[in-house]
Amino acid sequence: MNTMTDNTTVGYVTEDGRQIGGTMMEMKNITLRFGGVVAIENISFDIHEGEIRAIIGPNGAGKSSMLNVISGFYHPQDGEVWFNGARRPTMKPYQVAAQGIARTFQNIALFKGMSTLDNIMTGRLTKMKSSMLSQAIWWGKAAREEEEHRAKVEEIIDFLEIQAIRKTPVGRLPYGLQKRVELARALASEPKLLLLDEPMAGMNVEEKEDMSRFILDVNDEFGTTIALIEHDMGVVMDISDRVVVMDYGKKIGDGTPAEVLANKEVIDAYLGVSDD
Amino acid sequence: MATTQSALDSIPALLARNAASFGDKAAYREKEYGIWQRWNWSDAAKEVEALALGFLNLGIHEGDFVAIIGRNRPHFYWAMVAAQSVGAIPVPLYNDANAEEMAYVLGHCGARFIVVDDQEQVDKVIEVQDQLHQFEHMIYLDPRGLRKYDHRRLHEFTHIQEQGRAARDEFGPELAARTARLNMESTCVMLYTSGTTGKPKGVVLSNRNVIVTSKNSCDFDHLAPGEEVLAYLPMAWVGDFIFSIGQAYWSGFCVNCPESADTMMTDLREIGPTYYFAPPRFFEGQLTSVMIRMEDAGKFKKRLFKKYMEVAKRVGPAILDGKAVSFADRLSYTLGNLFVYGPLKNTLGLSRVRVGYTAGEAIGPELFEFYRSIGINLKQLYGQTEATVFITQQPDGEVRADTVGVPSPDVEIKIEDNGEIYYRSPGVFEEYYQNPESTADTKDPEGWVATGDAGFIEKSSGHLRIIDRAKDVGKMSDGGMFAPKFVENKLKFYPDILESVVFGADRDRCVAFINIDLTAVGNWAERNNVAYGSYQELAGHPEVYNTIQGHIEEVNKSVACDEMLSGCQIHRFLILHKELDADDGEMTRTRKVRRKIVGEKFADLVDALYGGKDEIYTETEVTYEDGRKGSISATLEIRDVAVVPVNAKVAAE
Repeated sequence: MNTMTDNTTVGYVTEDGRQIGGTMMEMKNITLRFGGVVAIENISFDIHEGEIRAIIGPNGAGKSSMLNVISGFYHPQDGEVWFNGARRPTMKPYQVAAQGIARTFQNIALFKGMSTLDNIMTGRLTKMKSSMLSQAIWWGKAAREEEEHRAKVEEIIDFLEIQAIRKTPVGRLPYGLQKRVELARALASEPKLLLLDEPMAGMNVEEKEDMSRFILDVNDEFGTTIALIEHDMGVVMDISDRVVVMDYGKKIGDGTPAEVLANKEVIDAYLGVSDD
Repeated sequence: MATTQSALDSIPALLARNAASFGDKAAYREKEYGIWQRWNWSDAAKEVEALALGFLNLGIHEGDFVAIIGRNRPHFYWAMVAAQSVGAIPVPLYNDANAEEMAYVLGHCGARFIVVDDQEQVDKVIEVQDQLHQFEHMIYLDPRGLRKYDHRRLHEFTHIQEQGRAARDEFGPELAARTARLNMESTCVMLYTSGTTGKPKGVVLSNRNVIVTSKNSCDFDHLAPGEEVLAYLPMAWVGDFIFSIGQAYWSGFCVNCPESADTMMTDLREIGPTYYFAPPRFFEGQLTSVMIRMEDAGKFKKRLFKKYMEVAKRVGPAILDGKAVSFADRLSYTLGNLFVYGPLKNTLGLSRVRVGYTAGEAIGPELFEFYRSIGINLKQLYGQTEATVFITQQPDGEVRADTVGVPSPDVEIKIEDNGEIYYRSPGVFEEYYQNPESTADTKDPEGWVATGDAGFIEKSSGHLRIIDRAKDVGKMSDGGMFAPKFVENKLKFYPDILESVVFGADRDRCVAFINIDLTAVGNWAERNNVAYGSYQELAGHPEVYNTIQGHIEEVNKSVACDEMLSGCQIHRFLILHKELDADDGEMTRTRKVRRKIVGEKFADLVDALYGGKDEIYTETEVTYEDGRKGSISATLEIRDVAVVPVNAKVAAE
């Protein structure tokens, strides 16, 4: 299967009238094992350009493992990852990042002692061209380059409305804001594909609403394709265009939120099956 | 000079003069993307012109209302002046109002054009647009999230300006003609009063009201080009209109807009305004945060702070008023300035303040003295929307905590027999829009306006003193005078107490609701290892009750000293389980307590206070910011407070 079939390259139109592009990423028959444990078993799905794609499932279903496969952190034993129409060879995470894939983490992974601004600046690292030495001397091209990056970072700060904490050390911020800073850092690399690992975990209703709004705005404003893992079904159904459902490492459903909600296997996985 | 003066009869005319005579001086600054962006007067004139042409392009008529809903940004000030330039009337709205409140005001003035900030405001207007028959076009500033919206009636601000520039040849002459038709009699702005009582009323102010008042008040404080102000108070409030448009255009000073509501403190420090206005609660909040941080400071710093604050308290106000002070005191004040006051003022962002005003509510005397003692020329003024702000203000050198100053230039004042204050001035409003009855009730044919406040003029100084809202001043059942605000203000001076509501009209004794200040009390809890999970839990903590009881007993002692009001001592109190909130209708958007509504809503609690119970179970409906409703329940403790026997004092005499 070296050429993609037509129906996967063609986009579709969402319920709210947005035009979604062709396939951006395709996972083909992915299997991931840790010793004897099969985390992901023969799963295939695709992510279209410009869509918001959710991966849901109960605890231990293999969602985070899947995200780690996409971000190049785990290498599946079987299966192929296709990105932008080409098969992706085994890559280091930083090479994947350079391809335009950025992510946030389930457990916040920021530099706690650094300010919000500096944390977001680290998201620009893959874009910086001048050497470490010339950056340290901060002269000529390196200085100009940093100004450009800073301008981009300021746009993101404005976009996510975190001006007030620009200079605050991240460790002092409440959880919800740290999550937002993490999103900002991921956005700073101007990704084509943004992976969000439980962006709403541990948030209250108001913070969840804010975060949903930001995710939709990112998708709308920058055209960023988003793949997210989330437990809160309400949020998933509200903001995603298509949903993959996993259970015990297997794919048990794939489709629009409405389709997935009507799927018997999905209902069983989430609500449990009665014994009789 | 006389000819140019006579031509300055509208805000657009002042803009033209400023652009011509000092076009390269800063007119607006706004922090965006972390940098202060700057527009000088000729830039501002061009921006306003482009937008005015854009309005014409959309078919705006003379006399149309243009609603403006947003936080303080240069673009919204331009929108107001652009609306005036085409003969329309700007109506700024509170941007935190909910959709229904907006619907009322937008419907009442019949706004055809609405200029808004972002998606949040766009959504609110769309939610209520079916009720707005005259609404035609909405212009937004921030396009984020609005891409997918139906753009038949929705336009981007910069896009309207571009269209305006492109159509300059076509509409230029029309714009010039309309601007030329403006005079002192034309309407300058319409501002809705916050409505402590009933529905908001649209106060119509003419160019004469605004321009003459601005001129007088600029002269009073010698405001000149080169002043810096920070525009951070709601644009719908008359004060912001006068400071940031009236006075700014008259004297040609620079209006600085913060980056966002949350960054205001940082922005204040970066700008260092020379002319500054803040309501008492703002100064209160600042002082509370200073005191909290001093609690956490090292021993040496604490000692230094204590020593020099005592010096400041003793001689600071006298030095500020230019009175004679001994050389030794001057020396230690100078040292204090070096070690404490200077750095403190810098941290507060008030280093450069030459003229500072507070108004809106009474300010605690110690709070007021604190700022004056460290060398900030903080003064009080008394004003109203209907007066185009200024009724009385304090001249330099005659500043006191308990008065609101002398009548402003050209203002006449008289006190009726019932104690109510009346005034007449060039700033007296034209009318309440479409409400002749209320206009007639407030303004008599000779132009005297009732303030609704009770007060008297102090014979010795000629300064006005305010007692309370005239309608709130009541009688207790024994015939004694009941002035709740008087007691509440004393209570609110304690940092632990955010709000209080005192009841007692037609009753034999006074009782009170208390709202604790979460910042101050929370900090206390942290330092004393008191664990709490919520506002409600902290509010009900016995230790907190003890502290508040102590405060009330102090206040009772002070109230007992006032012969007229000694009956207003508080006998029983409770700490409310929720903060009084504008979203629940308990306060106005300017954070004034709606006494009657609070009394009705918590009638069960008032009854319990007058009954003999020690505690009461209650359930209260709350409204969240997005308009959804929920309810909270709590069992509240009720405590008795020691009062100073009044009769004993009389007997002793």
